[in-house]
Amino acid sequence: MIRLISFRCSSIPPPKTSLLNFASYSLRNTQSILTRILSNEFFGLTDGRKRFHSESIRNQQTKQIATVEPVVFERPDYPSINNFRSKFIEKLHFIDPDDFKGIPVYRVMDRDGVVIDEEQDPNLSREFLTKIYKGMTLLNSMDRVLYESQRQGRISFYMTNYGEEGTHFGSASALSDNDLVFGQYREAGVLIWRGQNLEKLMAQCYGNCDDLCKGRSMPVHYGDKERCFVPISSPLSTQMPQAVGAAYAFKRQNSNRVVICYFGEGAASEGDFHAAMNFAATLSAPVIFFCRNNGYAISTPTSEQYRGDGIACRGPAYGIPSIRVDGNDVLAVYNATLAARNLCLEESRPVLIEAMTYRIGHHSTSDDSSAYRSVDEVQSWNQKDHPITRLRRYMERKEWWNNEKEESWKIESKETVMKAFMNAEKQPKPNYLEMFNDVYDEMPDSLKSQVNDLEEHLKLYSDNYPMSSFKQKNR
Amino acid sequence: MNNTSRSKPQLRIGCHQRCLSHFAFKPDTAAVTDGDTSRMNLFQAINNALEIALESDSKAVIFGEDVGFGGVFRCTVGLQDKFGKDRIFNTPLCEQGIVGFGIGLAAAGATAIAEIQFADYIFPAFDQIVNEAAKFRYRSGNQFDCGGLTIRAPCGAVGHGALYHSQSVESYFAHCPGLKIVIPRGPIQAKGLLLSCIRDRNPCIFFEPKILYRLAVEQVPVKDYMLPISKAEVLVEGDDVTLIGWGTQVHVLHEVCDMARDSLNTSCELIDLATIMPWDQETVIKSVKKTGRALIAHEAPITAGFGAEIAAVLQKECFLYLEAPIFRVAGYDTPFAHVFEPFYLPDKWKCLEAIKKLINY
Repeated sequence: MIRLISFRCSSIPPPKTSLLNFASYSLRNTQSILTRILSNEFFGLTDGRKRFHSESIRNQQTKQIATVEPVVFERPDYPSINNFRSKFIEKLHFIDPDDFKGIPVYRVMDRDGVVIDEEQDPNLSREFLTKIYKGMTLLNSMDRVLYESQRQGRISFYMTNYGEEGTHFGSASALSDNDLVFGQYREAGVLIWRGQNLEKLMAQCYGNCDDLCKGRSMPVHYGDKERCFVPISSPLSTQMPQAVGAAYAFKRQNSNRVVICYFGEGAASEGDFHAAMNFAATLSAPVIFFCRNNGYAISTPTSEQYRGDGIACRGPAYGIPSIRVDGNDVLAVYNATLAARNLCLEESRPVLIEAMTYRIGHHSTSDDSSAYRSVDEVQSWNQKDHPITRLRRYMERKEWWNNEKEESWKIESKETVMKAFMNAEKQPKPNYLEMFNDVYDEMPDSLKSQVNDLEEHLKLYSDNYPMSSFKQKNR
Repeated sequence: MNNTSRSKPQLRIGCHQRCLSHFAFKPDTAAVTDGDTSRMNLFQAINNALEIALESDSKAVIFGEDVGFGGVFRCTVGLQDKFGKDRIFNTPLCEQGIVGFGIGLAAAGATAIAEIQFADYIFPAFDQIVNEAAKFRYRSGNQFDCGGLTIRAPCGAVGHGALYHSQSVESYFAHCPGLKIVIPRGPIQAKGLLLSCIRDRNPCIFFEPKILYRLAVEQVPVKDYMLPISKAEVLVEGDDVTLIGWGTQVHVLHEVCDMARDSLNTSCELIDLATIMPWDQETVIKSVKKTGRALIAHEAPITAGFGAEIAAVLQKECFLYLEAPIFRVAGYDTPFAHVFEPFYLPDKWKCLEAIKKLINY
């Protein structure tokens, strides 16, 4: 057993020379459109002015061979480069980012919900897609209620998911429910897909006694062991190398599980992104890096975030198969995630998915995004290209959805949300002594004495504290 | 010393006479009940503990920079051959990645033993340690934890390590609830405490005084044993002054005990704190109530060093027993300079002088 594992860990998969290989591998059954998009396009020549150096070398050698004498082809043998790929060149040439075309955006359906290449349609069942559609719209309704609730001062903070519902449900539905999720904070849809009820999500936002995380974190910092969702923490990108470690552990356990790690394009500028990508590649960890590229990190547009071709182009630099998908196309996100998961498991290596989307809402309730982008821009995305609208049109074409259903679902989902909301608001907060638990597995003596300090203090001063909002007895 | 590592200069411990003169290592003796023993220096005792940890727990893995071939201090030598490349492996050169990776391993149920090549290079991982590892259990309401994580890092003065191969960084982490911080003084203790850290259900940082790696030799029990974390040890009993230290400084203070007895006719009680967080207040308070005087000594700079925390607790808990102010002898509030090391360290002469002032106060 150990020998087998150690072989798997140490063996480096054969180099994939292009995205085409990845795409054709991962979408074995449905490869034709990707092949069409990618062949001749990716990493190819852009124009005659900038020549890809391999060709200039070939021309040069042809000349030499013709006029002088045969030259033994010499390859560089430095240990630090892959010698199967590299050769010498004798003309000075900087690789220019413009030598490469932009990585194409993979899509399955257009903005009207029309499937462009039938072979790419994953043909998900009516029930499956209805579940996705209902989940997306339910999240959208919950967002509206909780956003308003923050505006009214009922919860302290909130972050909506407007416009990115497609990335959550498209990816989550392609995973196995016990694949471990490391999120950033804008991935509540993953929990809804996995069956978390709205009461629990709202309990977290209210920090009430039903909160699985015991009221310790800011709102939207969900965490749910049962649903394999690692608790969100505010520091950006810290979850990324952690996801790699968890994936490595899964590989050793032969568990047939993968890890998915969500992050925004802004978070990809953190050092932990670099750490995670490099560790995942060198240690062959079965982890899916899922980047939500929504155009903004709070107020910072991507033009001030990076100069390369987004996030996806960084993957190959780390030796990671990468793909860019239309994040407003649930089916494209689904296909890419499913293929990535298979690739992770079969080849035991990481995959990077960059989902292009647009952050329709404000960054958070502490942000007014009209201070740095136009309302028109937002409106245009909301109307012309929204993941919910697009899926709805797809389903309407199949006659799986219609106005009637929409109306009754609206009423039903609103009721669900309001019921959960009222319930969450009613619950008291946990007992204040929960503040002291779980710092360590067992409470150290010094902390016990601080518990006593607080209790002694409250015997004298409880009138000055919001005692009535908190549960009286500690569990 | 096979000590090849990136831009870090070569260190050859033991080549400089002046670094050896700042303390004399006092070996411990294993109890008869501990069974068979074997002669080991500190790095061999660490190696032995790691081997036992891997043998007794198939989920345990060791990783870090250059650990595969045995480590720049030889602590992981032979382990990759014995346990395989999937359990002992090099990582890319990136401390935040190493600790983040370890947290993830631990969260997924593995036992993660991470190495940071020098404590001086732990700061890139400060965010992962302080914001993530320490708070993982708490923020998840005890649904998830990374208790299976242990971070080992060589620390302390080495004679010529200068700014980035000498630091004692424990107090940076002592300010962070959720971590355990342990520093051993010799091979027997290191083995038992490291095994405890690895098996403890909380993230632990284990700082190894690198000057002791080869210099400290003891007869170490060969069996699998653990020593309790958060337990200080009274090494010398005395009546007049309590001396508190950890790591290499314990040996400095040990010598000071003898010097104080001989030259000042003073009886010192020596305590090895061993665990910085959560520290053993009870043992220290009890001693100071008996002696009425306390001297705390550590290599790290004095301001906001861990000595300050101990002194503050002692003055609150022992106020009526104290015959003199609590003294701290520590590094100066400067970076750790190369050629000035003999003047920088809180050596036995500085400690002896402090005792003189304490008893004459």
